Amino acid sequence: MAMLMKGNEAIAEAAIQAGCRLFYGYPITPSTEIPEYMSKKMKSSGGTYLQAESEVAAINMVYGAGAVGERVMTGTSSPGFSLMQEGLSYLFAAEIPCVIVDVMRSGPGLGGLGPTQADYFQLTKGGGHGDYHGIVLAPASVQEMVDLTKEAFDIADYYRNLVIVAVDGILGQMMEPVEFPPYQGRKLSPKTWAASGAEGRPKNNVISYYLTPDLGESENLRWGQKISLMKESEQRFSEYLMDDAEFAFVAFGTSARITETAVDMLREEGIKVGLFRPVTLWPFPEKGLSARLPQIKGLMSVELSSGQMVEDVKLIVNGQAPVGLCKRQGGMTPEPEEVVDAFKKQLLGRGQG
Amino acid sequence: MKTIFTKTSGLTERPFHYCPGCTHGIIHRLIGELLEEMNLIEKAIGVAPVGCAGFCENYFSCDMIGAAHGRAVAVATGAKRARPDRFVFTYQGDGDGASIGLAETVSAAARGEKISSIFVNNAIYGMTGGQMAPTSLVGQRTSTSPYGRDAVTMGFPLDLPKILTQVEGAVYVASVSVESPQAIKETKKALRKAFQIQLDGLGYSFVSILSTCPTNWGVDPVEALDWLTTKMKPYFALGELKTPALEGGSNS
Repeated sequence: MAMLMKGNEAIAEAAIQAGCRLFYGYPITPSTEIPEYMSKKMKSSGGTYLQAESEVAAINMVYGAGAVGERVMTGTSSPGFSLMQEGLSYLFAAEIPCVIVDVMRSGPGLGGLGPTQADYFQLTKGGGHGDYHGIVLAPASVQEMVDLTKEAFDIADYYRNLVIVAVDGILGQMMEPVEFPPYQGRKLSPKTWAASGAEGRPKNNVISYYLTPDLGESENLRWGQKISLMKESEQRFSEYLMDDAEFAFVAFGTSARITETAVDMLREEGIKVGLFRPVTLWPFPEKGLSARLPQIKGLMSVELSSGQMVEDVKLIVNGQAPVGLCKRQGGMTPEPEEVVDAFKKQLLGRGQG
Repeated sequence: MKTIFTKTSGLTERPFHYCPGCTHGIIHRLIGELLEEMNLIEKAIGVAPVGCAGFCENYFSCDMIGAAHGRAVAVATGAKRARPDRFVFTYQGDGDGASIGLAETVSAAARGEKISSIFVNNAIYGMTGGQMAPTSLVGQRTSTSPYGRDAVTMGFPLDLPKILTQVEGAVYVASVSVESPQAIKETKKALRKAFQIQLDGLGYSFVSILSTCPTNWGVDPVEALDWLTTKMKPYFALGELKTPALEGGSNS
């Protein structure tokens, strides 16, 4: 039975249902409902909620719990996510599975509380040091926040890799009907690598360093193979009216919801447009987008940032078609009419009216 | 023939990488012995720092996690909350615990995390080659205080155990040293108490150990022990600074 739930709370509930019994976090708007929900529900679920002294501490607590082999999550918003970047780099290198939620708010700096997607670079290119990647899931509805959060824990355990659920402040704050269907998880191997106490087995070390350059290179190549495997296997996207589309919008999260309306408006005018929505921001669904390119005369990235994802779109399009950009920044969102107008100006070569 | 001394099973066969005359080795041995004597090897999860002891996960026979610089106590908190049935300890230097990780240390103490921290204070950054530490003494020459630590511009050494006595959740705070057999015995006693306090679930236990760094102090090992005794010991508060009230201790 569907119930009405706020996005942030739905994420927290989904995590508990996925077997997450540890949440470490530091409150920050607009993600505070996640720690609030966890502080209320973890106890009755037999788990632990702990308010850390900072996001720096929170992500390292996540590191500790993940290293002993338990399912663990933290949730934050952009400035807090910035503080966690060092931890993400270490989590990747130590191959500690965990789930991190970033409910994006506008920046740079302290910025504002409005929704944004301007963490895209930080999410997908790595805000921490070294060659690493987290799998980044970008739901566009409260229901998808539930479904992807549940799956995130399995993906993290499967690859021994960090998984980030990235939404903007609107998705975190809005209420939608949501269901929690039973979830059939992936088949996972036992965590024999975890530093959980060496009872009846040789000791385990969970570490992230190498001292010699040759070992450094071989470790990086090994991680590189994992990155390639994740890139090959985990690309996800969703399409709206793409089958006969001559033009494609590319948008995720809230901007995809707005763009869907813009697609309907343009279709009413007889213009064959569709929406390609990345569900994974990393790996970017390049296979799906490439497959559409032969039929596409032009693309437009719709983003709540200065235009970050558009760089990935251009890499895939590789000059085969013009790529436009419709953007709002600083916590503002475009009206569907603005998207339609930008499309006509940039891709049809004519302005509105 | 009667065996009167063997290497403890709390330590692995891996030879230490520490410089000649460095007292990390002694402290490692004490911890290894206690892991064995208190039957903790299979139950313990140790957290290694960044610094000279950054490879200590190779030396202790228990499971180990390598933390980022300064984050050992946060990592230990995460591990202990996940596995309250385990014995969790951190092994950190003065830079790790008292500078970059100061917030983590004090906050974990305030929460009364049921973990034990071993804090090795040698008044210098050894691993990076002898830079000024938060615990470097006024006047001490280091590679980043080449004219001596000037209190006016570089501030004063931080006496972390003394600070922790003011924090309610820190139930056991000791400040000991390893410059003589007697001091080493006292140190082992303090470590044993700290470990037992965690096993009894009483709260955060913290043992600061004054240690030497002949290489970066620029003295030989014997002079280093003398420097520890004559320069460091007078500055830092020493002894069992705080013990649980249950034991009839001072509870400062």
